Amino acid sequence: MYQYDTIDKEMLADRSAEFRGQVARRLSGELTEDQFKRLRLMNGLYLQLHAYMLRVAIPYGSLNPTQLRKLAWIGRTYDKGYGHFTTRTNLQFHWIKLKDAPDILDHLASVDMHAIQTSGNCIRNTTTDPYAGATAEEVDDPRVWAEAIRQWSTFHPEFTFLPRKFKIAITAAPKDRTAARVHDIGLVLKRARDGALGFEVIVGGGMGRTPHIGPTIREFLPVNRLLSYLEAILRVYNRHGRRDNIYKARIKILVAALGKDEFARQVEAEWAKIGEAVDLPDTELARIRGAFAPLGFETLPERSEAFETAKASTPAFARFARNNVKPHKKSGYGIVEISLKAIGETPGDATSDQMEVVADLAERFGQGDIRVTHEQNLVLPHVKLDDLPAVWAGLEAAGLATPNINLVSDIIACPGLDYCALANARAIPIAQHIAEKFRDQDRAEQVGELKIKISGCINACGHHHVGHIGILGVDKKGEEFYQLTLGGSGAEDAAVGSMLGPALPYEKVADAVDTLVDVYLRERKDGERFLDTFRRTGVAPFKEAVYADAH
Amino acid sequence: MPTLIEIRDGVAKTVADAFTHVADDEDMATGDVILSLARFQSDGDRLLSEGRRLGVRLKSDEQVEALAYDLPRLTLVALEFPKHLDGRAYSNARLLRERFGFKGEVRAVGDVLREQAPWMIRVGFDAYEPADGSSANEWQAAARRYRHAYQRAADDRPVAFEERA
Repeated sequence: MYQYDTIDKEMLADRSAEFRGQVARRLSGELTEDQFKRLRLMNGLYLQLHAYMLRVAIPYGSLNPTQLRKLAWIGRTYDKGYGHFTTRTNLQFHWIKLKDAPDILDHLASVDMHAIQTSGNCIRNTTTDPYAGATAEEVDDPRVWAEAIRQWSTFHPEFTFLPRKFKIAITAAPKDRTAARVHDIGLVLKRARDGALGFEVIVGGGMGRTPHIGPTIREFLPVNRLLSYLEAILRVYNRHGRRDNIYKARIKILVAALGKDEFARQVEAEWAKIGEAVDLPDTELARIRGAFAPLGFETLPERSEAFETAKASTPAFARFARNNVKPHKKSGYGIVEISLKAIGETPGDATSDQMEVVADLAERFGQGDIRVTHEQNLVLPHVKLDDLPAVWAGLEAAGLATPNINLVSDIIACPGLDYCALANARAIPIAQHIAEKFRDQDRAEQVGELKIKISGCINACGHHHVGHIGILGVDKKGEEFYQLTLGGSGAEDAAVGSMLGPALPYEKVADAVDTLVDVYLRERKDGERFLDTFRRTGVAPFKEAVYADAH
Repeated sequence: MPTLIEIRDGVAKTVADAFTHVADDEDMATGDVILSLARFQSDGDRLLSEGRRLGVRLKSDEQVEALAYDLPRLTLVALEFPKHLDGRAYSNARLLRERFGFKGEVRAVGDVLREQAPWMIRVGFDAYEPADGSSANEWQAAARRYRHAYQRAADDRPVAFEERA
């Protein structure tokens, strides 16, 4: 993993000192709340319905055990003993007192963490494949480029006041676990026939009120020209993106208005003028690459007797292994996904105790490496198959062994009306009701991959547009209603879901999902996921079943 | 008259402003003046022939490319921030310095706040009309807030990968 050097650490210390001064000016009354707002929003501090929320950056979703323990400690000391992992792979504390915020930032800085650029119209945390460095599917380690982007985008003097927030995702595997095509910029690392590495550059995807699947504006960008090309895209956006209407300010609107060809032409013209000065020299790329060199993997046999024995003797472990353990590039290792979607709990929440358990397991069995996924789960990317029974037992004891990765109860939900001032409707209890419906794990496994995503308002923080089943909370004369969409996907087969029919009242949503699943089970052909069946049959059988019940 | 703060070679000081902003609907002032792009295009030649020094004030939706051929005749370019969140002037400033090699003054006007100092300095601004009543000392402190920079911009400070090399 990348280790911060003196320069990286001093950047954080300087930021923390600045923020402490700003909070002091607010607490002394020198700054009004309005004046302070623009400053705190540069530091990930939001004023929500009940308290301040602090959003801590987790660059490309990568944590070491020391950092996760510090997050646990902060949750226990300054919050209510938990934190919430977000779809940007960040962590939010929802119950923060303003006077504590500078101390929290200092504690974060002590473990090389911060809240920089977790809010505001700047380049936000760059996300990447949580299986980076562990999956055989990748052509190269995308974290190298995510780290290069982290540094380049941190306090970028030209791009700190963009028309709107800006999110970049980077994947190096054909199976896209980053939702690259619904980001402002999606980068897909590829290898050319001659072995050269390059990026497919996708620009102008996004969700919110007007979902777009981003078009590819360049098929192959040589990797060492990445930063100058990003600079060209950002400059065209900074100068020409709309600033008159917050809902039309994302880059997707500019790309759609110009058309992808004209947008690409402008970017290429700007790129030609920028030249290579902003690109990282090969020495710096090599330094960053060195930080992600493969760790000391042991040479192990394909088959682990301990693993096989435990599966045979313990059905619950076997179920966990089926659903939460993914193939590793090294034989004898596995990638372990830790679900933060326990039935009845808030998706993405982890208690401080749970964070400490994960940190301990990562240290003992996982080479000290922890990842956060944009689907709000955690990953231990490098675990020996021999150690899986022990890891599972540790997780199980902490309520972290829910065997539902990619299943119907592995739901993305935004905080919704329970926390958020923008929300129209609750999202978390809807997720809980649905999860309850599928508490029977045999049935959930029988249903297979089914991605449900829930947003409490049109801003789409819960990514409902790209849910296989998307659920959007709307306000109808003061009552919570929910619009269902089907057939969306944020993966390599990205698509925006299509509307099922009229919005449903709060108490009907979980039943409707149950009905949709029944239709799928009735209609599906061999090997089809929910998404595949929907794409084959269209909306008709689903619509008929859900609204027949309503009559 | 607004306070004018200059930062040259890392030192901030309050200076007397030799220039007068002249809006499009105002009578022409005497001496050195800062004009809109439109007024510069209509009156610039005449005023320059009178031996005056000129500055042009660009709105945030105007682009420095429009000034490319006139830059050698200008003493300063003022870039407007209608709101501090409107970041287009950062691109204009950087292009003035990096692409057009402008050596004159680049002045930040409008909603100019001391918190913006670290970014403004890096994209090439060297003069500021603060809107928040901030002092030269405060700009000095803001200018020195960050000991390092990660990415190249219009200033000549060594960036992180150069410090590391």
